[in-house]
Amino acid sequence: MPFVNWLKRNLVVLAGLLTLGYLLLPNVVVTVFSFNKPKGRFNYEWQQFSLDAWKDPCGVSGLCGSLSLSLQIALWATLGATLLGTLIAFALVRYRFRARGAVNSLIFLPMAMPEVVMAASLLTLFLNMGAQLGFWTILIAHIMFCLSFVVTAVKARVMSMDPRLEEAARDLYAGPFQTFVRVTLPIAAPGIAAGALLAFALSFDDFIITNFNAGSTVTFPMFVWGSAQRGTPVQINVIGTTMFVVAVLFVLVSMLAGNRRNRQKA
Amino acid sequence: MSTLTEAPPPLAPQAPASKPPKRRGRFTPYWLLLPGILWLVVFFALPMIYQASTSVQTGSLEQGYKVTWHFATYWDALSAYWPQFVRSVLYAGTATILCLLLGYPLAYLIAFRAGRWKNLIMILVIAPFFTSFLIRTLAWKTILADGGPVVGALNTLHVLDVTNWLGMTAGDRVLATPLAVVCGLTYNFLPFMILPLYTSLERIDGRLHEAAGDLYARPWTTFRKVTFPLSMPGVVSGTLLTFIPAAGDYVNADLLGSTDTGMVGNVIQTQFLRVLDYPTAAALSFILMAAILLMVTLYIRRSGTEDLV
Repeated sequence: MPFVNWLKRNLVVLAGLLTLGYLLLPNVVVTVFSFNKPKGRFNYEWQQFSLDAWKDPCGVSGLCGSLSLSLQIALWATLGATLLGTLIAFALVRYRFRARGAVNSLIFLPMAMPEVVMAASLLTLFLNMGAQLGFWTILIAHIMFCLSFVVTAVKARVMSMDPRLEEAARDLYAGPFQTFVRVTLPIAAPGIAAGALLAFALSFDDFIITNFNAGSTVTFPMFVWGSAQRGTPVQINVIGTTMFVVAVLFVLVSMLAGNRRNRQKA
Repeated sequence: MSTLTEAPPPLAPQAPASKPPKRRGRFTPYWLLLPGILWLVVFFALPMIYQASTSVQTGSLEQGYKVTWHFATYWDALSAYWPQFVRSVLYAGTATILCLLLGYPLAYLIAFRAGRWKNLIMILVIAPFFTSFLIRTLAWKTILADGGPVVGALNTLHVLDVTNWLGMTAGDRVLATPLAVVCGLTYNFLPFMILPLYTSLERIDGRLHEAAGDLYARPWTTFRKVTFPLSMPGVVSGTLLTFIPAAGDYVNADLLGSTDTGMVGNVIQTQFLRVLDYPTAAALSFILMAAILLMVTLYIRRSGTEDLV
């Protein structure tokens, strides 16, 4: 039975590909339904092919506004979390000091906490302080929960760094600032970039924490949430498809660039 | 590049004898930590304390709340919402097991069998992350629609008979049943299982598999005795990364479930944002947090990977 033998040998591959299909199925559905012309308010059933939504992605009131708000928040949150997180990561890897254990747990806890718990407790704080919910409270919350992920990403990279490279720079009479900018930073850069990318993705996609602390401000995930109740415009699928394609292209291009750089060095 | 990644582990902290310590450097770590740690203390730790105090307050929104050490709120919340707690643990637990069963073959495939397709598969695992998870969860409404191909196939294969018997579905529907919620949870947190599994599988030396084969271990035995034990760190962190957020999630239960499938997250959200009963909501999220911390601690103890965190 050659077929049974083949099946036995490739069972893992088949199971893995099935899982990959499970992961990608919703993206396929989102893409296909971005070409739909729905009857009524909800875009859950296939009716008719149409390019209407692709021609006019901002045709729904509030959608592109929420998208640009989400982009702004994600950019500022990435900047803030990456800056604060990189400093913490360097302090944790490079120095021995008291309270190191406490700092490590404080970094770990936000990642081990269900989002809804953090969201609710932050709202309690804001209500007690009488803070106006909106852009600033969202930004504060996003920097808070992205911080730990940046620290983890940067820490991993700095830990694998050879401290002798910096010693060599100092031996060649580089000042502390010069050593940092010319040697330390370039080596840590991939870790910092990974942390920043993670922070951007997390912030841009966050719904639970934002929903609690946004007041009447509407980010893109909150717009999608609202539309699930009121009626989902096809434009949401257009945006979803675009995000997927842009992400794949971005990763492909950065990988190709990395490959070429490695080949040039070799 | 390769010289960097293969560099020896960082040296032990240098003995101060070789270089006199700079006086300026003594406070450097604290200056580096200050802004970020301050942020976490003010916007993460302090809120937890506020929430603890809120949970023992009584009063009303109009007249204001006072701390009265009214611990009965905890008891009331627990006795009113225990079904949602049980459901959260049950759904998140089922989703975690499904994630492990589904994610392991894919992680294994990427680590050992993908060859030159490795990078592409990796991209396809990560890329869906960039389409808003709410949009993707809504797509499951289309996929699991009544009378759709998926429901039809499950019906033909008599899977629905089994899930009906288990109480996971009701009649010919999948949408608005526990099965739909578990399916959504499994889908949403699957990458959090695959990535740590892949990382720990990747570290395994392929020669160990050859050695097992040389010692006449069949592939299944090799997996059971060599591969799986060595991938335990990935299994532990993967299950934690899946279970914790799944237990607190309320989006899947809201979009794919019905009123009978509410989880703790749904109750906390409703109490906080609609009913505005802050003490009950605070008590509920404290119970959730405590339950999860307890389960996680026990789990890490049992699996013997305490150095994980």
